[in-house]
Amino acid sequence: MSILSRTAQPAWLPKPSPLLVLAKAVALVIIVALVLFPFLVVVSTSLAPQDEVIDKGGWVIWPDRITVQAYQDILAGGIVTRATMVSAGVTIVGTALSLVCTTLLAYALARPGVFGGRPVLLMVLFTFLFTPGMIPTYLVVQAMGLLDSYSALIFPVLVNAFNLVVLRGFFQGIPTDLFEAARIDGAGELRVLRKIVMPLSKAAIAVIGLFYAVSYWNSFFTAVLYLNDSSKWPIQVVLRQYVIEGSPLAGSIETQEAQLSAVNSIQMAVVVLAMLPIVVIYPFIQRHFVRGVLTGAIKA
Amino acid sequence: MPDALSTKRTHRLRRDAALLLMMAPAVAYFAVFHYGALFGYAIAFQDYVPFLGVGGSTWVGFDNFAQLVEDPAVWSAVVNTLQISGLQLVFFFPAPIALAIFLHSLTYGTVRRFVQSVVYLPHFISWVIVVALFQQMLGGAGLLNTWLADNGWHAIDIIGNPSAFQPLMVVQIIWKDCGWGTIIFLAALYQVNEQLYEASAIDGAGYWRRLWHVTLPGLRPIILLLFILKLGDILSVGFEQMFLQRDAFGPEVAEVLDTFVYYTGVAGGDWGYATAVGLVKGVLGAVLVFAANKVAHRIGEEGIYR
Repeated sequence: MSILSRTAQPAWLPKPSPLLVLAKAVALVIIVALVLFPFLVVVSTSLAPQDEVIDKGGWVIWPDRITVQAYQDILAGGIVTRATMVSAGVTIVGTALSLVCTTLLAYALARPGVFGGRPVLLMVLFTFLFTPGMIPTYLVVQAMGLLDSYSALIFPVLVNAFNLVVLRGFFQGIPTDLFEAARIDGAGELRVLRKIVMPLSKAAIAVIGLFYAVSYWNSFFTAVLYLNDSSKWPIQVVLRQYVIEGSPLAGSIETQEAQLSAVNSIQMAVVVLAMLPIVVIYPFIQRHFVRGVLTGAIKA
Repeated sequence: MPDALSTKRTHRLRRDAALLLMMAPAVAYFAVFHYGALFGYAIAFQDYVPFLGVGGSTWVGFDNFAQLVEDPAVWSAVVNTLQISGLQLVFFFPAPIALAIFLHSLTYGTVRRFVQSVVYLPHFISWVIVVALFQQMLGGAGLLNTWLADNGWHAIDIIGNPSAFQPLMVVQIIWKDCGWGTIIFLAALYQVNEQLYEASAIDGAGYWRRLWHVTLPGLRPIILLLFILKLGDILSVGFEQMFLQRDAFGPEVAEVLDTFVYYTGVAGGDWGYATAVGLVKGVLGAVLVFAANKVAHRIGEEGIYR
């Protein structure tokens, strides 16, 4: 794929002037800094010792000394620890369920002439045009008795139509000879999917899996809407409560004026914790974005 | 020959039994949460009381719809929504196109890939964190104002200042999604035939003429497609982003249609009325996509469906 290969300066272009090269380099540095600087400040502040944070007026761009005290405080078993576990559990279970359901339907719909394929596809595509709003969905969740349960964070968003269409497009790109050969050899559908289609679609499935995992991990409003019981809140809701709204964390820290700076470290540690899984997994999946997603999306 | 047809049907049904079973879980999801949920719109025609349920609440016909037309709070939410959408169309929509063209022009693949990885990242950060980051950077006790105070300058009031709300919303979404938005344009740029550039360069076209006559026509279908999608979405402006900052900036500027539905219905208890507002919004959105697609066909483009 040309998109992944290194582009060289084409022979017909005159050599760019040094001034232009410099301007581009400066622009690149600014773009990268605008994205990364907030992350740097947050991580640095979370790792800086209390006195340094106070000395520097609440914010640390590069800590002189590093301490993980703030992380020890929030992971000592309080509400943040609990919320992290909730988010991790919902993310793992939700991603697994979503991937299974999406892959199965995408595979069935990728087969030409499957019974009921056309109406089902139309049923999926129509949701792009009209999706039920917040309250009708809420009523379904309520009618199913899912309010205040972790299932309410998963089932209402189980299958994403966009992910489904992308994956189906990817599956359609696999040469049909491969399916036919396996089927003639007597392999069942599930076997064809597991042994032939999935190994060929690792990149696409990994990317769709990342999309699902990120949406579950980042899930915020579904929890606000469906969970009244604050002991069930996931990390994003706790983060909002504690960092954006500035309410003290129940029982763990007192927000007094003098302690404000120390609180800054702890707040920033919560922010880091809430984005850590994404930043850790991201580099491994990122290289698949273009290959995994675009080929599917363009065909769809 | 209905008999032959139905035998053929039965045959196909039997042949595809395994596939149908594989479809079942996801189809059940769409049936319940997308199509079953449509019945919930019944309460738009009710004075819905949760305790009484849909069966026990009073039917009020189109009263809720009559009310929303005259409700200044609804109109204020419509105006706020359209203003933010408009700003997004003008400033956020072209941003990824420009960034993609810039990234495409980079000669060193390694540098380009590094920058791409960096600019994609914020897309995966939750709105809660993005809002927290902006608050920490630009808020009253944030980094910027701490730095200004240290240097003896006046503080800049951004977070919580109603007149800063709309520009801030656009800056935030550019920060979060501009990089991610480049993916699709970059792919389109790599599909432009290299020889077109070469031929036009040899014919004496400079950079800007090549941009206008080769690059932009190559991007035209995808720009139009995304523009149609954006038009259909003009009544939604990022619910979580607004919801998270509504209280800090006040509902006068930060109440959009989606937050109106939440605060009036779920939080305020006026369920039927809020559902009516949501229904009108959803139907208008679908109509907008239809209309935009029609226009695309009229001017000879593919659009999103035939």
